[in-house]
Amino acid sequence: MISGKLISAICYVLFAPLIGGLIDGIGRKISARMQRRVGPPLLQPFYDLGKLLHKDPIHVAPSQNFFMMSYLFFIVMTGGMMFLGMDILMCMFVLSTAVMFLYFAAVVTGSHYSSIGASRELLQMVAYEPCVLLTCIAFYMVRGSFETAEIIKGDISPIVYLPGVFVAFIFILTIKMRKSPFDISTSHHPNQEIVKGITSEIGSRNFGIYTLAEWYETVFLLGMVALFIINSNPWSILAAVVVIALVYFLEILIDNTSARVKSDVMIKVSWAVTLVAAGFNILVLIYFLG
Amino acid sequence: MYKITRSPWVMHYDGSSCNGCDIEVLACLTPVYDAERFGIINTGDPMQADILLVTGGINTQNAPVVKQLYDQMADPKVVVAVGVCACTGGVFKDCYNILGGADQVIPVDVYVPGCAARPQAIIDGIVKGIGVFQERLEKMEKGESLTEDKEKKAEETAESEDK
Repeated sequence: MISGKLISAICYVLFAPLIGGLIDGIGRKISARMQRRVGPPLLQPFYDLGKLLHKDPIHVAPSQNFFMMSYLFFIVMTGGMMFLGMDILMCMFVLSTAVMFLYFAAVVTGSHYSSIGASRELLQMVAYEPCVLLTCIAFYMVRGSFETAEIIKGDISPIVYLPGVFVAFIFILTIKMRKSPFDISTSHHPNQEIVKGITSEIGSRNFGIYTLAEWYETVFLLGMVALFIINSNPWSILAAVVVIALVYFLEILIDNTSARVKSDVMIKVSWAVTLVAAGFNILVLIYFLG
Repeated sequence: MYKITRSPWVMHYDGSSCNGCDIEVLACLTPVYDAERFGIINTGDPMQADILLVTGGINTQNAPVVKQLYDQMADPKVVVAVGVCACTGGVFKDCYNILGGADQVIPVDVYVPGCAARPQAIIDGIVKGIGVFQERLEKMEKGESLTEDKEKKAEETAESEDK
């Protein structure tokens, strides 16, 4: 018998690229409108992906193909595990494993730019990992389980208990979604400080795989935001969609209004926010919940 | 057949330009001209780029650089020479260090004249380049070799020089 969890995981694997691509397209359109431009068509990310996959495959080192496929595989596994209702801590560990494969794909090339990008990617991990762990622990404290299937079952949304953790998570989401001011490892389109950072030496077709993995990751991360909202009431799913839309709009706004910071500033600020917002929130929880 | 025409990613290389054309290339991306509505993105990475925009003439120092950038791009690829210097060498043509236009080292597909080339002309040149790009893709998917195409192009440029 096929359970609801399995169906949701299969839906994730099949439809996350569509949703992720569409979210990316909407993001680019909103970004353009904020700059008073017309902007690309809504389906532009799909045109880009189609073109990237149709170009001649080139790679600097043959092992890059393996690393990029592994990156995609582990990202899909991360989201699949979350939608299967499995342990959220485990999801985060698998996500870290995926990032390690991206790191290797960049450093095997020997290019300075991609090596700098790769080491910055590790710094980004250092910056966001404490908050991610605290988020998982906070969910456990509220629901008594790390499993996503249990987290979504309570009567009251976790955000009621975890406003500070939510703020900290939104903060590190900027790092995770590679938005300015924290896009230090990829250095996005117009500002080519380190060419394209970690993706500098990734050829067209592998870059298509990278884009696909990014879309899966976006859907996974926004799914994490939804975990803060969803409770046993089915209407909470609608509320989660609204919150996700607001959070994504906020990310684009931050992206368009801030300049890139140095990596040490990123670590200091993100740890400070994590400690103050999430740490204080968890201390209060310990006091009240015992 | 896949339509590749909606997503041309451009890489801009400044040879020995006076920066006039470079400013105009950047102007294409501003809200006034907004090249992104055609899916044009200015990427800094040759490995992900489809169209190489060359501004300025080619001199003895940057000739190997242009050649390497071109070689790093994945097929199908298109070269657009922007401005009269990239087309022929322009006012610098007779300088001791100038080899001439971009076609001295790589096969150029579209020439955009002007000093400096206007943003409208540059966008028009890129859009023309997209047509060549689609043609090359169709050839590539049929299994035909693209190198012949390039050699033919090189011969043509040699012939035109002889004249």
